Amino acid sequence: MSVLATNYLTPTGREEAWRFTPLSRLAGLHDGTSVISSVESLIARDALPAGVTASRISRELVSSASQSDDVIVQRVHAEAETMFHLQIAASTELSEPIHLKRKQMQVGQVELSRVRITVGQGARATVIVENDGEVILGEDIEIILEQNSYLKFVTLQEWSAHSVYAARHHAIIDRDATFESVTVTVGGSLVRILPTVEFKAPGSSAELLGVYFATAGQHFEHRIHVDHAVPKAKSRVNYKGALSGNEAHTVWIGDVLIRAAAEGTDTYELNRNLLLSDGARADSVPNLEIETGEIVGAGHASTTGRFDDEQLFYLMSRGVPMDEARRLVVRGFFAEIISHVNDEAIQERLMVGIDGELAKVGE
Amino acid sequence: MSTLNIRGLEVSVITEKGPIEILRGVDLTISSGETHAIMGPNGSGKSTLAYSIAGHPKYTITGGSVTLDGANVLEMTVDERARAGLFLAMQYPVEVPGVSVSNFLRTAATAIRGEAPKLRTWVGEVKEAMTALNMDPAFSERNVNEGFSGGEKKRHEIMQLELLKPKIAILDETDSGLDVDALRIVSEGVVRAKEANNLGVLLITHYTRILRYIKPDFVHVFANGRIVEEGGPELADKLEEKGYAEYVGA
Repeated sequence: MSVLATNYLTPTGREEAWRFTPLSRLAGLHDGTSVISSVESLIARDALPAGVTASRISRELVSSASQSDDVIVQRVHAEAETMFHLQIAASTELSEPIHLKRKQMQVGQVELSRVRITVGQGARATVIVENDGEVILGEDIEIILEQNSYLKFVTLQEWSAHSVYAARHHAIIDRDATFESVTVTVGGSLVRILPTVEFKAPGSSAELLGVYFATAGQHFEHRIHVDHAVPKAKSRVNYKGALSGNEAHTVWIGDVLIRAAAEGTDTYELNRNLLLSDGARADSVPNLEIETGEIVGAGHASTTGRFDDEQLFYLMSRGVPMDEARRLVVRGFFAEIISHVNDEAIQERLMVGIDGELAKVGE
Repeated sequence: MSTLNIRGLEVSVITEKGPIEILRGVDLTISSGETHAIMGPNGSGKSTLAYSIAGHPKYTITGGSVTLDGANVLEMTVDERARAGLFLAMQYPVEVPGVSVSNFLRTAATAIRGEAPKLRTWVGEVKEAMTALNMDPAFSERNVNEGFSGGEKKRHEIMQLELLKPKIAILDETDSGLDVDALRIVSEGVVRAKEANNLGVLLITHYTRILRYIKPDFVHVFANGRIVEEGGPELADKLEEKGYAEYVGA
């Protein structure tokens, strides 16, 4: 099955794209030493509503929708036997989210998963992917938004402690279509996600939101890439992270490219990190490359800091004990993003999870 | 009946160049039902007094004592001081992103009262406090102090004063940045809290105009980190006329 393996450029760790990633913890996803199982874990949680279908298509019948220079994505394209295809028919308007989830895998099994989500012309939908269990998983999710469509795409990385997840979540957005993503990463040993966006026509827009909370030993990496290749597209990026515990490491890369043709581009990206203890490290690298001056706006901001003493003082001066004041501040910090997950049960589960992580701080 | 007793209070801030002494022996006693005005020029240490009593970590107590009904306030954490019955209305209330006013108020009331207020009566209590301060009900869904105008911040502080029912309240330049109407509304809130709970008030101000609404029983002039003159309400009139010149550089 891995006959193509020798054609890949195996990363060494010196490449810009890999310099933050602890390659030894990727369980061989990057260098072909992992043994790929035939497991196909992604399934729909509930019966699908009218206008929505899910199917698995053999690799030979899948036509390529996008390219990637990421070796794990290349392996997924070359080696995944089937592609999971979720199709939302044109003009379908869904009031309830579609939930995708994982079948449980056996410990140590490795999966390469290829996924495509197609949102037909004028359709409106929310897709929530609930990722949990113990996995070693390389995945590519291509999300195709046809003209004038809208998709909110929520992924929850609540993997168990030893999991490895390396993925691309790639949106291809056509004219007047709107893509909103919420990427939540709170579980796993190593999570590396490439939330990437490709605009196909003017009037398209993307809002990429994310939260992550890394505790001792966890490596959570989000490498955003927004490619403004066409005029009059809009992008917003806002990722917020918290870290606590020894060797907790987060990486946020925000690459935004405004090509010469992309006049009228409007983009802003923001990353904020909250360091809750010593021994944790947040890397945050916004990177804006502009090839035309004829734009509406382009900006970025990145901050990494500890608790704001003035906020804690204010809350405590109203009788609120320290622990609870910290909990309020952290919940508030994340609420801005988590409020965009349009499922109250999930919101509450995430907040309770954050409380739990916070309770471990200082133990 | 409660008494806040401040004796010989000395406070410094630690800077890179070493400690800087700000309060140089402050003596002050405030009892329930009394209103004390502390007046003085900028930089005299008035706000330092307020924040030191509340327990802000920036300030180091180097001498003296502060007790509330005999209990040592200086040994208490910030939240313990609030639960003991002290309240500080801040000059610059802090923004807390993502925390709604309603969540904040209920959390604070739960902490101060020792149990969560019953939801039905609580909703009524908050509504009443907001109406009295001429605040839009939508206010409670906003994040604490985020994007509030100066007047909204001060009204929010006084709303907390009315809901949390402290024994002794320190109002740090609550009048600053308020127009005439807002000043009246906020002052009426303070007077209501006084009457409802026999509140003792320490009113820190630069100007005499708030004293037209909140009548002081005692006026203390603050300069160079200590109280330099004390008197009744008539002292405020003298300050109005002559300013602080005679106390500065003395």
